[in-house]
Amino acid sequence: MNGIPETFFGWVSLIFSEYGDMFIKGMWSTLFIAALGTIFGCVIGFLVGIIQSTPIESGSSLMLKGVIRLTKLMVSIYVEIFRGTPMMVQAMVIYYGSMQVFGWNIIPIYAGVLILSLNTGAYMAESVRGGIVSIDPGQTEGAKAMGMTHVQTMLYVILPQAFRNLIPQIGNGFVSAIKDTSVLNVISVTELYFMGRTACGTYFRYFEVFFIISMIYLILTFISSRLLILLEKKLDGESDYELIAEDEIGAV
Amino acid sequence: MEQNMMKYDETILSVEHLGKSFGKNEVLKDIDFSVRKGEVISIIGASGSGKSTLLRCINMLETPSSGNVLYHGEPVKNTPRDVVAYRSNVGMVFQSFNLFANMKVLKNCMIGVQKVNKKHEAEAKALALKFLKKVGMGAYLNARPHQLSGGQKQRVAIARALAMEPDLLLFDEPTSALDPEMVGEVLEVIKQLANEGLTMVVVTHEMAFARDVSTRVVFMDKGIIEEEGTPDVIFNHPQSERTKAFLNRFMNQ
Ligand SMILES: Nc1ncnc2c1ncn2[C@@H]1O[C@H](COP(=O)(O)OP(=O)(O)O)[C@@H](O)[C@H]1O
Ligand SMILES: [Mg+2]
Repeated sequence: MNGIPETFFGWVSLIFSEYGDMFIKGMWSTLFIAALGTIFGCVIGFLVGIIQSTPIESGSSLMLKGVIRLTKLMVSIYVEIFRGTPMMVQAMVIYYGSMQVFGWNIIPIYAGVLILSLNTGAYMAESVRGGIVSIDPGQTEGAKAMGMTHVQTMLYVILPQAFRNLIPQIGNGFVSAIKDTSVLNVISVTELYFMGRTACGTYFRYFEVFFIISMIYLILTFISSRLLILLEKKLDGESDYELIAEDEIGAV
Repeated sequence: MEQNMMKYDETILSVEHLGKSFGKNEVLKDIDFSVRKGEVISIIGASGSGKSTLLRCINMLETPSSGNVLYHGEPVKNTPRDVVAYRSNVGMVFQSFNLFANMKVLKNCMIGVQKVNKKHEAEAKALALKFLKKVGMGAYLNARPHQLSGGQKQRVAIARALAMEPDLLLFDEPTSALDPEMVGEVLEVIKQLANEGLTMVVVTHEMAFARDVSTRVVFMDKGIIEEEGTPDVIFNHPQSERTKAFLNRFMNQ
């Protein structure tokens, strides 16, 4: 220890040397929750979006029509609830609710993943539905006309295109998720923001601590968004195709 | 004429008393129509007369409001399972091509063979290649639909339909969305298929094609079949005043 620092950067370097490890741990938690939450959220979002855009075919049995209607109703209630309440409040309700009502003691970081997934899922669902309906209906007709079922049409024709079109949004969702995990401190998830609060306890240097914390958030979001741009470029693939000579056609 | 009709004795498809309404708009009224093996039928008629709706009802893309579609004498049931099996035998080529944007040309022609007709990849590929070569698109296997011209897209769409080895192929104005210089290449392909004996129903505004290639011409007007017969009858000796009026208007354009 070399005494009490006198400058802003003195404090920053002191705090970082004492709490750096903690901040890095918090950073990994934040990334872990954001990544898993985005992945599971996408899965939920796709499931819900697919359900919401399932047509009720005129020739289907009454039973099937009923099941589809009921499922649609349930998923729209889910979407409404999670879009209509703040994530911080959802965290409290789910975490303390499951403790009080079911006696479950969910490990906070997993509760965090669950809440972020449900939240991301509810937001993604609408985009997925939009992504599905935005694919030119002619392609659906083409698929139907050759005898593909609705499921096959979705699987081979519509969803790959919807997914490709949604990648930028999934990426933005991930960047937002990195920031949004900070609200999970209310259920004591030891993510980056929580670590910041903890680090303030000794010296009460809020400004310096949160300056460091914000720098870490910024680095995370900056790197993620650059990686995303690279990924998108890669996915677009070759813009050219090669003509195949007449005598090679059989050999392709 | 009689002889000509005798040649086609096996009925593949017939529609009986087919009606279709969209809300209060009665688009098809009591249509009776059948297709025999080897026939090349052209459907002509003014825009809005119900030609596309008829094809779409035949393919069950629209559910008929009344009447039946019979395939080899059996009514086609409107349950998802029956419709899917039926459609794999009755191909359709659209005005707007409707190729799958996420697949290369080769895959576009293989996917249905693999997933609907349940054939192995190798067999699907062989079929796709055979028909792509037939339509003159063998060199473009690795192109994506957006990299092709309209005429090329339509030829791929035709190859895709053929690779399913349908009994009957329906064309809904296959050249109407094409630039004039590309109409010829697509008509040429369809003509070749007609000469090889493929059974088809072609909705078209190409009167020369209807006259020279089809074995039967159907003239539709306001949701009914106003007149049908050999190209000679329809184009040279039409009986109906409406047919005459339509052809006059059309020829003078
Ligand atoms: N999905 C639909 N909903 C409502 N009306 C339709 C629909 N499809 C076609 N129609 C109407 O049916 C009539 C016939 O259309 P269509 O079969 O496309 O004629 P054509 O192909 O001969 O030009 C038109 O008046 C059209 O507006
Ligand atoms: Mg039409």
